[in-house]
Amino acid sequence: MRLTIPEQEIMKPGHLACQGCGATMAMRYGLKVFGRNTVLTIPACCWAVIDGPFPYTAVNVPLFHTAFETAAIMASGIKAGFDALGKTSTNVVAWAGDGGTFDIGMAAISGAAERNDDITYIVYDNEAYMNTGIQRSSATPHGAWTTTTPVKHYKRGPKKNMVEIIAAHRVPYTTTASIGYPEDFIKKLTKAKETRGFKLIHVLAPCPTGWKAEPKYTVKLAKLAVQTNIFPIYEVEDGIKYTQNIKVKQRKPITEYFKYQGRFKHLKDDEIAFIQKKIDEDYEILLKKLS
Amino acid sequence: MKMTMMGNYAASWGAQLSRVQVIAAYPITPQTLIVEKLSEIVADGELDAEFIKVESEHSAMSGCIGASAAGARAYTATSAQGLALMHEMLHWAALARLPIVLTNVNRAMAPGWSIWADQNDSLSQRDTGLMHIFASSSQDILDSTVLAYKIGEQVLLPTLISFDAFFLSHTMEVVDMPPIEDVDKFLPPYNPEYKLDVNDPRSFGALTSEEHYYEFRYKMQEAMDQAINIIKKEGKEFEKLTGRYYDLIHPYRCEDADLILVTSGTIAETTNVAVDELREEGKKVGNLKIRIIRPYPKQDILNVIKNCKKIAVIDRNISCGYHGIFAQELKSALYNETNIPVWGYLAGIGGRDVKIENIKEIADDTLKSDKPEDLIWKGVKL
Ligand SMILES: Cc1ncc(C[n+]2csc(CCOP(=O)(O)OP(=O)(O)O)c2C)c(N)n1
Ligand code: SF4
Ligand SMILES: [Mg+2]
Repeated sequence: MRLTIPEQEIMKPGHLACQGCGATMAMRYGLKVFGRNTVLTIPACCWAVIDGPFPYTAVNVPLFHTAFETAAIMASGIKAGFDALGKTSTNVVAWAGDGGTFDIGMAAISGAAERNDDITYIVYDNEAYMNTGIQRSSATPHGAWTTTTPVKHYKRGPKKNMVEIIAAHRVPYTTTASIGYPEDFIKKLTKAKETRGFKLIHVLAPCPTGWKAEPKYTVKLAKLAVQTNIFPIYEVEDGIKYTQNIKVKQRKPITEYFKYQGRFKHLKDDEIAFIQKKIDEDYEILLKKLS
Repeated sequence: MKMTMMGNYAASWGAQLSRVQVIAAYPITPQTLIVEKLSEIVADGELDAEFIKVESEHSAMSGCIGASAAGARAYTATSAQGLALMHEMLHWAALARLPIVLTNVNRAMAPGWSIWADQNDSLSQRDTGLMHIFASSSQDILDSTVLAYKIGEQVLLPTLISFDAFFLSHTMEVVDMPPIEDVDKFLPPYNPEYKLDVNDPRSFGALTSEEHYYEFRYKMQEAMDQAINIIKKEGKEFEKLTGRYYDLIHPYRCEDADLILVTSGTIAETTNVAVDELREEGKKVGNLKIRIIRPYPKQDILNVIKNCKKIAVIDRNISCGYHGIFAQELKSALYNETNIPVWGYLAGIGGRDVKIENIKEIADDTLKSDKPEDLIWKGVKL
């Protein structure tokens, strides 16, 4: 197989992430594609810490830290500033967690998507508020333990479908990705970089700390999420053209994914069966949308 | 060029004359006309700016912050609920040291829904670290906008320009519009030393330990202190250009006054007329208009009031549980410095009209009284 991952390393060593942090791998890939002519804005989330304390920085491109709910508009504002100054070629990337995206940042993202602002919004999804100590978000999957959904009241209800919400704005490009499939992720980053208008990349980034998993399983989990269909990999162009980028011939049972994670270990057989049924149903719905 | 215009339009033209490069704004009565006019000005090509039609005021301020961090001159305007929604980002703009200019049409906070003049909205943002001007005429609004960029870009602080709903926002006044070429000479393009620059990658606003944060605040305070002199210096420069001088305070007939009324906003203009009438009645009353409340012009105030016998502050706002905010601030400035007694009056809250006779009554009451009081509700109907 021909390797397509760019050699350039923009990110420097010396960041503050936990061992095996998926979010950090995601950034490394992201910067490889976006390169030095890029400005990042990061709201409150693990990445606000990972980059390092003042006066240090690991990302090696200009970075504007911003308030939790403002990543999208901050990117739009920076982009508008650059446009006003004639620096139209600089890539402006909002880099946020699932909480800052699915929950508190929803209005600002919807605003930027509706205006079709020329920014790339990358949400690294670790399925909870990790920075504040593993509280549930609307990206937390059904069945998961978090500190605000203790095992007796584990998270119930489906994960919010961000790609569908953004695709409904009919933006040029919306996609899922997984750090377990870097080549696919790189392709999507490249496509986002080359597309004008609003782009959202929703990348699954396992978090060993919050998922109660061993750091060595980060990539394995990022693959299993795809292979079990709990996190299918597909993209939507202009809100209507659906393409599945990673086809799963025979999906694995969800227990294959759950067994490496403490956050699901309380689930009983009937609860797992229910989750499996939902995954299969959701997947059928997705298949019907494929162009 | 002399034109008649509403206060709101004076704000729009002030932004145009300042050649703002990015506008991010959201409508709210009574500010809407500012944004509508600016939309037209940009659409007509009279101003070359990016206009982000944001989905909220929180995003309006955030968009301005992003633009300003990128190195562009940014502008927004709001009122009451919108300003409150911006609160988090006002702290952000100030701590990030971005010289954004924000116009706020002073409107009462809900509930009950009110669109009328009241200063509680902007005074609730007093401690966010913005310089804070209370304009009292349309000319003041327009000129203050240009001055705010000139001053803010030197001390790296954002500025909040407030003025009264309707009494000023929707009232036609004659405004002298300076030619933009003159303004260009006064206000050079914004070119900050530190900005988001791919050739000089830096991180802004990172995780900050107790080792550094304290000093950030120290530097902000230092900038506020420096701003006092810069406001005066630029006021004089501006006067050379336009013949109009703007300072932190504007005393009127205070030199020999026994009683000095302390006012702000449109009440200050009405008070000047009341003072003239009181003088005709043989009463030695003056008016001290506070134009800028942050940085607080303590020394200027002390210089003006040092020989008077009584002070009466008129507040169109209240910090419930204590009293009028201008009165609190004034008393804290006087403490340790003089023994001049201070009377604190409330008037005009929620847009109630404050007429010449109301102000004269306040003056007469204070002249007669020998016991200062913190909180006197003028005209409250119970
Ligand atoms: C307005 C506001 N509310 C709450 C917080 C506290 N807070 C900081 S980060 C965070 C959670 C972030 O979660 P997510 O976006 O998923 O990123 P992660 O930490 O998981 O990387 C919260 C609740 C905040 N900074 N600002
Ligand atoms: S808590 Fe999770 S997302 Fe945050 S730094 Fe650690 S591994 Fe990464
Ligand atoms: Mg998260």
